[in-house]
Amino acid sequence: MLELYQTALRSRLLLGTARYPSPAVLSAAVRAAGAEVVTVALRREAAGERAGQGFWSLIRELGVRVLPNTAGCHSVKEAVTTAHMAREVFGTPWLKLEVIGEDDTLQPDVFGLVEAARILCAEGFQVFPYTTEDLVVAERLLAAGCRVLMPWGAPIGSGRGLNNRFALRALRAHFPAVPLIIDAGLGVPSHAAEALELGFDAVLINTAVAQARDPVAMAGAFARAVEAGWQARAAGPMEARELAAPSTPVIGTAFRG
Amino acid sequence: MKIMVNGAWRELGAVRLAEALVELGYGERVIGTAVNGEFVAVAARATTPLADGDRLEVLAPVQGG
Repeated sequence: MLELYQTALRSRLLLGTARYPSPAVLSAAVRAAGAEVVTVALRREAAGERAGQGFWSLIRELGVRVLPNTAGCHSVKEAVTTAHMAREVFGTPWLKLEVIGEDDTLQPDVFGLVEAARILCAEGFQVFPYTTEDLVVAERLLAAGCRVLMPWGAPIGSGRGLNNRFALRALRAHFPAVPLIIDAGLGVPSHAAEALELGFDAVLINTAVAQARDPVAMAGAFARAVEAGWQARAAGPMEARELAAPSTPVIGTAFRG
Repeated sequence: MKIMVNGAWRELGAVRLAEALVELGYGERVIGTAVNGEFVAVAARATTPLADGDRLEVLAPVQGG
C-alpha cells in the first residue's frame, strides 16, 4: 500500500483532471485508471458562470480524494493565498504546491517553493511540493515539513519521460523512506513503468491521458504499466551487463570437442 | 464605490464582502475569496469591509493537473 500523510492508497497512479475532451470522458478515465487521488485547481469565475460548481459535483460523485494545486502561482504570496482558498473550498489539508519560476519550461522556483512550503507546513497543510530532481532542494523541503516529494520527470505537458535518470536514481537512493511521486513530463505508459521500476512510489499523469486519442483506454494502459512497474521493482530486476550471457546451458552443447 | 472584481472594475453598493458577493450574484455557491491578495474565510466575509479601489478575487473549482 502507498501511504501519503497517513492515508493508505491502493493505486499508485494519481490523475490530473485538466484538458479532457468532456466531463464524461474525464469521469470514465478516472475510473479506468483506478485512480484514488485526482488533482484540481481554482480559477476566477464570473457570477454568471456555473462551470465550477458542475465540475466540483462531478468530482465528488467519483468518490476520490482531491489534491488541490497552486498552478499558475509565480510568487510565495500567491501560492500561500491560493492554498488557503483551496483548503476551504475543497475541504482538505492536502496541497500540491507549485511555485513557477520560468514560463517556457514551467520549472519550479525552488527558492520560493521551499519558503512557501515552510509557511504552509507550519499552518498544518500536508504539502506535496512539485519540485526538480535536485537533492539539496529535496533536503530543504523535508526540513520545511514536507513528508512527500513530487520531482518532475520532464517539463509539464512535454511527454518526454524521465529526463534525468541519474539524478532521479540518486534522489531515490538518498531518501529511501520518503514517498516520491514522479509528477509531470511522462508521455506513455512505459515511462510510468520505468519510474516505478526505479523505485518511485507513484506517478501523477494528466496530459498523457487527457490528450490521448482515446483517454479512457490510455488511462487503463497507464494503470497496468504502473502495476507492472511496481511488481517488477518488488520482484528485484536483474543487473544490466555489458556482454552477452547465454541463457541456455552451455554444458552439453552438441558438436563441440 | 469601485471594486476590482477578478481583474475588472465594478461599481458596488455593498460595503462588506458577504453583501458584495450577493450583489455580484454569487449567491451560495462554493467559492474562495481574497481581498487585496489576502485570503478571506467564509466565516469572515460578513465582517470584512470593502473600500473604494479594493481588489477582490473570487475563485471556483476547475480542472487541474
